[in-house]
Amino acid sequence: MDYSSFLQMNDELSLIAVMLILLVFDIFAGEKSLKYFQPLALILFIVHTILNCIPRQSFECAGGMYQYVPMLTYIKTILNVGTLIVLLQAHNYLNIDTHRIRKGEFYFITLSTLLGMYFMVSAGHFLSFFIGLETASIPMATLVAFDKRNRKSAEASAKYILSAVFASSISLFGISLIYGTTGTLYFNDLPSLLSVNPLQTMALVFFCVGLFFKISLAPFHLWTPDVYEGAQTNITSYLSVISKGAAVFVLFTLLVKVFGNMISNWQPIIYALAVMSITIANIFAIRQQNIKRFLAFSSISQAGYILLAIISGTALGMASLVYFVLVYMFSNLAAFGVVTIIENKSKKLNINDYDALYQTNPKLSFVMMIALFSLAGIPPFAGFFSKFFIFSAAAEQGFYVLVFIALLNTIISLYYYLIVVKAMFLNKNENPIEPITSDLPIKVSLVICTIAIILIGLFSNIYEHINLLSFGL
Amino acid sequence: MNFLSLFVLVPVLMMAGLFLSKTRNQILTVMTVGASVLMILSAIVTYMYLTERAAGNVAEMLFTADTIWYAPFNIHYSVGIDGISVAMLILSSIIVFTGVFASWKIDPLPKEFFLWFALLSIGVYGFFISIDLFTMFMYYEIALIPMYLLIGVWGSGNKEYAAMKLTLMLMGGSALLLVGILGIYYTSGGTTMNLLELAKSSIPVDAQYYLFPLVFMGFGVLGALFPFHTWSPDGHASAPTAVSMLHAGVLMKLGGYGCFRVAIYLMPQASHELAWIFLILTGISVVYGAFGAIHQTDLKYINAYSSVSHCGLVLFAILMLNETAMTGAMMQMLSHGLMTALFFALIGMIYGRTHTRDIRLMGGLMKVVPFLGVSYVIAGMASLGLPSLSGFVAEMTIFVGSFQETDTFHRVLTIAACASIVITAVYILRVVGKILMGPIQDSHHLELKDASWFERLSVIVLIVSIFALGSAPFWISNMIHDSVLPVVGQIIK
Repeated sequence: MDYSSFLQMNDELSLIAVMLILLVFDIFAGEKSLKYFQPLALILFIVHTILNCIPRQSFECAGGMYQYVPMLTYIKTILNVGTLIVLLQAHNYLNIDTHRIRKGEFYFITLSTLLGMYFMVSAGHFLSFFIGLETASIPMATLVAFDKRNRKSAEASAKYILSAVFASSISLFGISLIYGTTGTLYFNDLPSLLSVNPLQTMALVFFCVGLFFKISLAPFHLWTPDVYEGAQTNITSYLSVISKGAAVFVLFTLLVKVFGNMISNWQPIIYALAVMSITIANIFAIRQQNIKRFLAFSSISQAGYILLAIISGTALGMASLVYFVLVYMFSNLAAFGVVTIIENKSKKLNINDYDALYQTNPKLSFVMMIALFSLAGIPPFAGFFSKFFIFSAAAEQGFYVLVFIALLNTIISLYYYLIVVKAMFLNKNENPIEPITSDLPIKVSLVICTIAIILIGLFSNIYEHINLLSFGL
Repeated sequence: MNFLSLFVLVPVLMMAGLFLSKTRNQILTVMTVGASVLMILSAIVTYMYLTERAAGNVAEMLFTADTIWYAPFNIHYSVGIDGISVAMLILSSIIVFTGVFASWKIDPLPKEFFLWFALLSIGVYGFFISIDLFTMFMYYEIALIPMYLLIGVWGSGNKEYAAMKLTLMLMGGSALLLVGILGIYYTSGGTTMNLLELAKSSIPVDAQYYLFPLVFMGFGVLGALFPFHTWSPDGHASAPTAVSMLHAGVLMKLGGYGCFRVAIYLMPQASHELAWIFLILTGISVVYGAFGAIHQTDLKYINAYSSVSHCGLVLFAILMLNETAMTGAMMQMLSHGLMTALFFALIGMIYGRTHTRDIRLMGGLMKVVPFLGVSYVIAGMASLGLPSLSGFVAEMTIFVGSFQETDTFHRVLTIAACASIVITAVYILRVVGKILMGPIQDSHHLELKDASWFERLSVIVLIVSIFALGSAPFWISNMIHDSVLPVVGQIIK
């Protein structure tokens, strides 16, 4: 066996290097040098991101267990940037006394979930895919329980790990059925062996359930609000953006690359899930009082919109999907960033607490408003463009009714996003949240997000780069 | 990019200027300079347009420019204008200009108010210069969302309800519209979003039957098409003065313009077949709006219902599908834009003094505020169609055009719509008699001051425009008429 081919896995290797350096530093650093830990971690991670942002030639290694296509570089870069923003936003939280000595853990665990997602997206075999999936989800449960003295976090973590394991095992059952009917698990060999027969249809359904759970699509979404509410806010944002982004991409590539012959089977499933996720999540979001639960339901409905890109199965669909994930990441992280700042300062998490925020914190309200408008798909913010492209990709394949249902839902979603905007700008409040001056890292993260939300849509280059590398049925 | 993009660029620069300005004076300077520049710009564009046409250029759109934006979806940034767009640009500039002066004393948060105001005008200008479906739709939505905050923060009365209702209903319209646009794009072959090119390639007739109602209703919501007009009275009544002016004066015209430019132009067969449904609906708008206005006691509600009636007339005339009526419709858009803006400006000024808009609580205002009183009478006369004012020209053209359709169905509807002129006279004269004439109802009203300089400026500009349009309509109606022809040509073809 030729081990040199392993060196081609640049992204994973450099991420592992970063993780190991941080681990060693954390173990051997004394109390004094511990304050250099976070700057070091951020710098290393930025270097890692920059080193791996240029697409390379496609290749396979480990005998086809690991497949690289240039598109993966974009996906991984999006994940990297998202993780970087989350780390910036968590900076302040990790300096609180109780967590100060556990910084190392936080970084190491976060990056190991990221590593899992790397392997998941670049898998070429169902086993390596499954290992990646588990590497991503088990550390995630510990992250959710990071604030271990908080009962809600512990509960959320237990809920997450139990349902995640359950979902993974169903997925694994589906994989075993695939192996049973075809005798192989290599993505390259499978397409010609799969066809519309009952057992393989079952395999498809069982397998997809695990991913649907990860993406938190209705009716597999029930864990989401509780976990989002219980977890520490930065981890919630990580869950809602990074792990979801990786999972939707994998879902798309697998449905197209492996299950391409079974399109008549999976299109109705995706159709139904899209309608359900968008509608159910929107209706529930209206009634939420807690901003984190509110954003949880909003993220479920956003996941439903992503399915509109998946259902088309075309290259246009993939480009729209990646673009949507990119825009969604910036918008959602901006919203969560504001929530983090306010939570750190005042421990307030109700939408009512945001009443009259504009009077005391105009900048924060402005960022929040832009983020919500982008999520709602209002021009000139990037969310408008990403939604339009997704609808366009679905309409190209003739799914006009689905597009219409999704569009009606955007009105509902606009309603609940406007509730928060109304709270900040219109409502009166006796004791509004006091003026907050936040730290540099989180400010930087919000500035990045705001600039991205405003500019990404107006400059078409990003979309066109993504479009060049996308592939579909 | 060509010079037409300046119409979008200037408001963007205004926003940047507002960001930097600190005091009220600086804010007002930025706005005044910006609005004046836009005014001058529209005058220059009109002049250039007329000279170009006089020189014999018969292209459908002049000054076109085209830049590829999103190549995978054939989205281009393309601009171009014809006579109708020129007319709409003039209208928008006048209203933006007068709107700035009408909100001279806006309070609280003047900076934020004008920021949103400028964003709104970006949407409006962008819409009228675009000839690409995507950018049209984008500008349309840009114009919608600032409304929520403008009404919600600076409005009066039941403002939160009104703002939410308006935003959601208009977004509902834009949802219909987006499906329609995607349908147009893909059924025509998925090669272009440019209006002119789409008009050449034909959309299959059976697809048109689905798409025409979607697009027409989508734009119709903004044009106060019955039964989707209900946002309009609440929205206008709660909005601050300048926003009512801009919204009723220009934004509702986006609806009429869109119906004309997208729905009818691109889908002539379906519009010919399905026009009767919408003719009935718009006919109801016209008569029902006028009756609604009779029953109201709030000045703004009266004017909002009157807008429903007048904007209904715009769509009504467009659906007659002949050149005279369509020319009339475009004239009506201009005329209604000017006079309704004047109405809302005056109502805002009266409300600012009396702190009530209930006509039962006012009377004899002509004696204490003669300038406002006289202006109100002029606005009213324009609204009920007195010759030499703009309303007469527009409505006359519309009804002459409508009578050209000789079958019973069109005749009956035309006569019904004509009846609205009488009803309009009733509610206008009733208000004029009630609040301006007669004894003074409230002794506090004796101390009211007449209009200040910036209010006078705003009112006089509008009145002069109304007179100009009413007395010398031919240069503008010729300009519009030439541009209506290609659309009528589509239907006959």
